[in-house]
Amino acid sequence: MTEMAPRDGAQAGSEAGLRAWLLSSTPSSAFQARCQRVYLSWRSFSRNPIAMVGFLIILLLLVVAAFAPLITSGDGTSQVLQDRLLPPSAEHWFGTDQLGRDIFDRIIWGSRITLYIVALVAVIVVPVGLLVGTVAGYLGGWVDAILMRITDIFLAFPRLILALAFVSALGPGLENAVLAIALTTWSPFARIARAETLTIRNAEHILAARVQGASTGRILLHHVTPLCLSSVIVRLTLDMAGIILTAAGLGFLGLGAQPPLPEWGAMISDGRQYLLDQWWVPTIPGIAILVVSMGFNLLGDGLRDVLDPRSGEG
Amino acid sequence: MIEVGDLTVTFGTGARAVRAVRGISFTVAEGESFGLVGESGSGKSTVLRAMAGLNRDWGGRMTVAGQPLGKTRARAFYRSLQMVFQDPFGSLHPRHTINDILGEPLKIHVIGDSETRILNALDEVGLGPEYRFRFPHQLSGGQRQRIAIARALIINPPIMLLDEPTSALDVSVQAEILNLLRRLRNEHRLTYILVSHDLSVVAHMCDRLAIMNAGRVVEQLSVERLRAHEPDHPYTKQLLRASLGYDRAAAENLEWFD
Repeated sequence: MTEMAPRDGAQAGSEAGLRAWLLSSTPSSAFQARCQRVYLSWRSFSRNPIAMVGFLIILLLLVVAAFAPLITSGDGTSQVLQDRLLPPSAEHWFGTDQLGRDIFDRIIWGSRITLYIVALVAVIVVPVGLLVGTVAGYLGGWVDAILMRITDIFLAFPRLILALAFVSALGPGLENAVLAIALTTWSPFARIARAETLTIRNAEHILAARVQGASTGRILLHHVTPLCLSSVIVRLTLDMAGIILTAAGLGFLGLGAQPPLPEWGAMISDGRQYLLDQWWVPTIPGIAILVVSMGFNLLGDGLRDVLDPRSGEG
Repeated sequence: MIEVGDLTVTFGTGARAVRAVRGISFTVAEGESFGLVGESGSGKSTVLRAMAGLNRDWGGRMTVAGQPLGKTRARAFYRSLQMVFQDPFGSLHPRHTINDILGEPLKIHVIGDSETRILNALDEVGLGPEYRFRFPHQLSGGQRQRIAIARALIINPPIMLLDEPTSALDVSVQAEILNLLRRLRNEHRLTYILVSHDLSVVAHMCDRLAIMNAGRVVEQLSVERLRAHEPDHPYTKQLLRASLGYDRAAAENLEWFD
């Protein structure tokens, strides 16, 4: 007991030191200035309970995907035919499917596929959308007209229909599904980036960069893009649900991940004939999709409140 | 140092064209401080923007340091000429720290030794090193304008274009910024072109001035003649009378010159 007290005091002291460091009005390095920015954003974000629920769901998804081998007993593809269609129990938390595979294991391994799709789509869509949108918005004129008409063409088709067309042309498979989703998702990002660019392209800090002699590429990358990024990130998190649903839809139609991969949409598709008698087979992956989509939506709403420059000092 | 001959700037084309600047000429000697005065819409800022290469639709001749200017400017041109903008809240990038803002011209012109140069530049405009990693929104208007001046000065240009550098600031801060600009001009032998609608600012800062109205220069005169209230042109007289405060007789006899 006597030893504990000073250690607690020291810990409280270093915690207060960290707070002071994060809130100091005279940051002494670029690193500290960035940390302060993140910390202040985090403080306003964590005050929003619904956004925190979304954040925790996504955090859980990340943790589960990262530690899948430790959480599960197999890789979710091993079949035990005498254990077919077992209801949820202590041994099989979410029951087993028609081939005797543990649904809990498959959900956990499926989270990796979901994250893979979401991350790959984001990595393709954000740079393409930002590039097209900022170039169109900043240069204007005929460049703008051409780039925006191309964007309009992609916007004109319903996402799932266009994705279906792409996948049937490219052939079914996870990578092609990702490519198809990316091709149908980038256009709203280009629109957002262009709209943001139009509002700032005649701002004095952009003119100042031009008078310093900055090239167009430098202005787009260092001056315009950072100001477009927050709306794009918000839109991305809000779009994640749609991306997951499209991926699940393609999986359901047999055009996405191929068996035996435990993709959630494909799992619903495989289990749908058991809905009435063994409800857990299609319902559990459905709940997983629902929860993760909702998590991204809630996170996106919270991020919008924190990052949106129009909702306060950004 | 600077020669402007028969400069015209037109916005738009055809029937809707607006001739913002209609053939103005002036010269500015090295080390001189030249004022461009006029009311809103007289085209004074447009002249500066055309010089800085922010507006390409101009006609006439412009020569800076013996070099005739074309429609597009090479990067090296901006080492001889920098500009300070009117609005200190809009002219600094909101997501960049002061360090990023001051380091940007050094990166663009590939000048090394940025750490010392940034600290020097802060010192020159009277700000301590503790401002280096702040964001613009943590600074007051006057401090931001000091940063904008430091950013223009950091690559040592001989010419500074000042576009109403104090009109967005309150009066006590205005005086600080004007005195800072005067001191910097003396220390670095800078050539200034100052745009303002405020005759007292120009009288404080400049050696010579041109009065602009509706896109033309109506009169060029020295600051001594302005102070002595001896302008030749009736528009200048009217402007001078207006600057002395509200006068019912002057307001009722307002004339339009075009």
